Order: sequence, then structure tokens, then C-alpha cells
Amino acid sequence: MTLTEKILARAAGRARVEAGENLWVNADILMTHDVCGPGTIGVFKREFGPRARVWDPRKIVIIPDHYIFTADSNSNRNVNLLREFVREQGIEYFYDVIDDPAGTWQFDPARGDLARQYGSRYAGVCHSALPQKGHTRPGEVLFGTDSHTCTAGAFNEFATGIGNTDAGFVMGTGKLLIKVPETMHFRLEGALPPGVMAKDLILHIIGEIGFDGATYRAMQFDGPGVATLTMDDRMTIANMAIEAGGKNGIFPFDARTAEYVEARTRLNGTKREYEPVEPDRDQKFVYELVIELDKLEPLVACHPDPAQRRKARELESVKLDRAYIGSCTGGKTSDFIEFARVVRGRRVKIDTFGVPATPEIVHDLQSTRWGEKTIWQILLEAGVRLTENAGCAACLGGPVDTFGRINQPGLKCISATNRNFPGRMGHKESQVFLASPATVAASALTGHITDPREFLPA
Amino acid sequence: MQSVFTGPAYVVRDNIDTDQIIPAQFLTLVPTIPAEYEKLGSYALWGLPEADYPVRYVREGQLDSEYPILVAGRNFGCGSSREHAPIALGSAGCRIVLAESFARIFFRNCIATGELYPCELTSRLCDRVKTGDVLTVDLDASTVRLHATGEVVPLKPLGEVRPVIDAGGIFNYARQTGMMPARG
Repeated sequence: MTLTEKILARAAGRARVEAGENLWVNADILMTHDVCGPGTIGVFKREFGPRARVWDPRKIVIIPDHYIFTADSNSNRNVNLLREFVREQGIEYFYDVIDDPAGTWQFDPARGDLARQYGSRYAGVCHSALPQKGHTRPGEVLFGTDSHTCTAGAFNEFATGIGNTDAGFVMGTGKLLIKVPETMHFRLEGALPPGVMAKDLILHIIGEIGFDGATYRAMQFDGPGVATLTMDDRMTIANMAIEAGGKNGIFPFDARTAEYVEARTRLNGTKREYEPVEPDRDQKFVYELVIELDKLEPLVACHPDPAQRRKARELESVKLDRAYIGSCTGGKTSDFIEFARVVRGRRVKIDTFGVPATPEIVHDLQSTRWGEKTIWQILLEAGVRLTENAGCAACLGGPVDTFGRINQPGLKCISATNRNFPGRMGHKESQVFLASPATVAASALTGHITDPREFLPA
Repeated sequence: MQSVFTGPAYVVRDNIDTDQIIPAQFLTLVPTIPAEYEKLGSYALWGLPEADYPVRYVREGQLDSEYPILVAGRNFGCGSSREHAPIALGSAGCRIVLAESFARIFFRNCIATGELYPCELTSRLCDRVKTGDVLTVDLDASTVRLHATGEVVPLKPLGEVRPVIDAGGIFNYARQTGMMPARG
């Protein structure tokens, strides 16, 4: 069996399963957020009754992260609906925006976009917060009401996005009927060269198979190249499995996975036991691709979909209006460090927005020194508009007052995020080009799409 | 259950993602709140660029669409897991989407909510019909009839998905079939 099949077999209490079978699987974690949480809770109450209790309050993780730093009244209300439900159900893992449990969340636009407006529990973008807070464990099944839930496949678990109705069902029963996906095999060899990032690897894969190339399928990334990838790299890759239509992306378990998971579960006091899955000899794949990491170059996915792959160096004629670094795909500490490596001591030429995915990443950037300066200072001095209000921000547009949102037609933005469909970051007549944080940084410096290797020491 | 649906179609192309079906700025609306469910319908397919789609799916100021049938190309509903997407279409009065292929989560959300029938075509229809053309979809026979030409094209049968949508989604289906206790 493949890694995905092994996890699903275990979660269904079966010795063996095959692709195509429909199975009832037990969920280890259900995650929801402020955009889909209120609707999920609505389904749960409608179907199980107004006084129903969730199946297990310790297995539901609620992370407000999408529309937080906005004056939009429905958005603020939705955070408060989550708070009410958490109180009622005794849900322990709720990463509230404010500290006062009796208070009411309301964003204050008078305090501006940049200075922190959250309390000590707030955790930021759910897909980055889940691992940081010790909720991702090898061998487990994670359902989330967000398509990028597949990010957690980096930790050798089955993680996939579901809708509100399915999530309402899981909330009440802890189970879900799912089809075992066929597995596509991506064997990674070698190591990424300087200036080339995990983002380039996944853009390469999506470009190869097309952005519906993995529809209904699992994407398994393994081979000797995996050992050279950090957990951040693996998260970037698994994160974008959905951009090829994949049901999930998954990595094997190794010492790096163990180190990360053990540190994080200890830190946050979450469950520490887990059982990874190892690859079998008899794995059946529907597709195989070997990728020599050393041969990859910086890539860009052009408007209007993530499979429009081109080499960055072939797009130098594309003039840009803005640059953006952030999100579950490109807003991690390592992403900002690679960005800083390019912009250090230089100035950006176009409007450049930076949104760390989580408060912990804000802290990392403000406390990690590179010579005399912190990463945060290096970015500010380069002219980047950096906010401490970690969250999804303009990656998906959001309410019109969202930091970094594209509110005018015709703008071209290069972005370290994951989607570039029409209107994704705001105005439907704008264009988004997806690239690695290093390529976004180089392009911000020149005002046109630029290969970051031009700015890195040879 | 109703098997035959006749009405004007609205035609879109390949890779219509959930941001075009219901843009993120409207996800502040909660689908289980009835007034917000209605409002979601008024924004169905609001994200289609006007340059490519000068006729709107839902007219300005209206809550419902004139087009109960949607015709699409490949990979309809790709992108996010937002259930607001099938709900916005269903709320606007869309009963059926005929597409060459569907993205996985969108397809599943159609079934889970029972909002609309996601039917796979066996050939490309979006190049041969235009917005406003009248179609008749027969789910029992798995066919689409193009009124303009009289041509009949086949659909892939919905199979075990059909009774779940007929019932109005997975919860109603589970109750009807005894998988869950009936409402007290």
C-alpha cells in the first residue's frame, strides 16, 4: 500500500484497502476557521440539535485567521460566533484573537494595519499554526474546512479539505465516508540549487501534470531528495497539492519530522504519541515522475492559473505593479529569510507587502539577527510594508479593507502565495503571478519579473 | 423525484474556480443563516471577468438567476473548499451544472449539500451552446437535448450520487435510509 492507503486503512480499522474503495474513516483532528466555522457550526446544530455536543472537544481545533483585521462587521461577528461555540462546547484548542474571554472581537482601523491587534493566544494562518501548535502528527487523519489543509501532509499524515456539511458531520460523529484516492508518485533526487526554492519544485510539478492533473488523487513525494528538504519546504510542497486538484499530498516520515513534531507537541502540551507510516514494497502508483532537484530553475506561474509555468528568466519583459509575500505557502520564517537574502541592503521599486503567516513568525523575524539587524529591520529598510497582524490577509482578497488587497483593475502582482485565478487577490481585472519568495524579492527590486540568482552571490 | 429540467443555460469555459463562483469578499456571509443564504445567491458567478462574460449570471439587484442550467468546460469548481460555491449557485436557482470535469471538493460539496446536480458530459458542450440557449436535461435517461438543433448528447450517469441529491444532501439521505435516526 502507498502511504495514503496505509493511513486510511488504519483509520478505517482495516488491514488492507485499495484505491477506489469507499471507507468510513475516523478523524484524529477536525480543524475549522472563521470563514467556514460559523457555517459548519450551523450545520452541526441544524442536524444534531441545538443542544448537541461535539464528538470530542479535544479533537476539534478552531483557528480564526482569514478575515480578522478588517472592519467588516460580518467578519468580526463570525469570530465572535466561534468564541461563543467554543465556550458552549468546552473546546480547548481555540486560538482566540483576544485574551478576554468575556470580551468581543472588533478590529480597530484607527490603530492602523501594521501594529499588532491580537492577544497572546492568537495563532495566525491555520495551516502554519496547526504544526506550530503541535496538532500535526504522523499517521493521523486531519480534516479541515479549507482546501490547503493538505499542507499537513508534510508530516506524514493524511490531511484534506472538506466543505461545511461534511465538517458538520465530522463534528457530530468523528467519522467521514471517503474514497481511497489513487496515488501519484513524485520521486525527488538530488538537492535544490541556490536561488531555487521548494515553491519552484511544486510549480514545476503542477506545470508538468496540469492544474487538474491530480484530481481525486494523492500526491506522494519521496526519494532521497526529501532528506534535503526542511519541514518548511515540505509544507510548501504539500500545501499546493490542491493546486493540481489533489486530494492530499504526503511525505515519508524521517528524523526531521520526528524532531519537529516532538518539539511542538511538547511545547503546546498536545498529544505526543503517534505512529508513522512507512512505505511498503508493493506500492501501486497511477503515475510516476522523477525530479532531479539540481536541474530546477526559478519559475513563475503566470495569470490565470497555477499551471501556467514559465522560467522567471524568460519573463523579464513582464512589468509589475506590486509584490506580496505571505500566506500558508510563502509566509513562513524561512520564506522571509530567503526574501531578506535578496533585498538586504537594497530598495524595492514597487509597492511590496509582507504578511507573516503567524505571530510566532513575526517574533522570529523581529528577533533573528543578521549582522547588526533583524530580518524585520532588513525588510523595513528595503521598503517592504510589513504588518504584525499575521493572517491570510490579501492572499485570497478578502473584505475590501484587507491589508495588501488589490483594489484596482489592471494591476499586476507577483506573489509568494498559492493561487492566481482571476480576482484571487482582489479586483477581478487584476493579475497575479506566483513565484518563490526569492523571485518575488528580486522582482520587487527591479519592478519586473526577475530571476533571483541575479542578486545572489555566484 | 424530478428527472427532467428545461430552461435557458448559462455557459462558461474551463477552470472556473471557486473565487469566480463566489469571490472571497462575500464569504463573510454564513450559509446556514437564511437571509445570508439568499444573499449568497445574488453573488453567484460574480467573479467572472466582465470582459469575457458581459451577460451576468444574476442580474444586478436580483437574488435569483434566469438560468437553471450551467454549462462548463473542464475542472469546474477548482480552488478552495468553500461550500459557499455550490450554495451560491443553488441559492440563485441553479439546478444542474453540466461540465466536462469537476474539481473534487466542489463535486463532493454539491452532493453533501444537495444544492445541485453535478453532471459530467461525455463531450465538450461549452463550445457548441451559448448563454440563453434552451436545454432539456433528463437525469433518468442521462441526456441533454439542445432545443435549437434537436440534438441529444449523452451524460455520464450520476449513479449513487443521484439519490443523495434527490434527498437534499447527506444528512437527509442518511435519515431516509436509516443510517441516522429521524428527526424527533
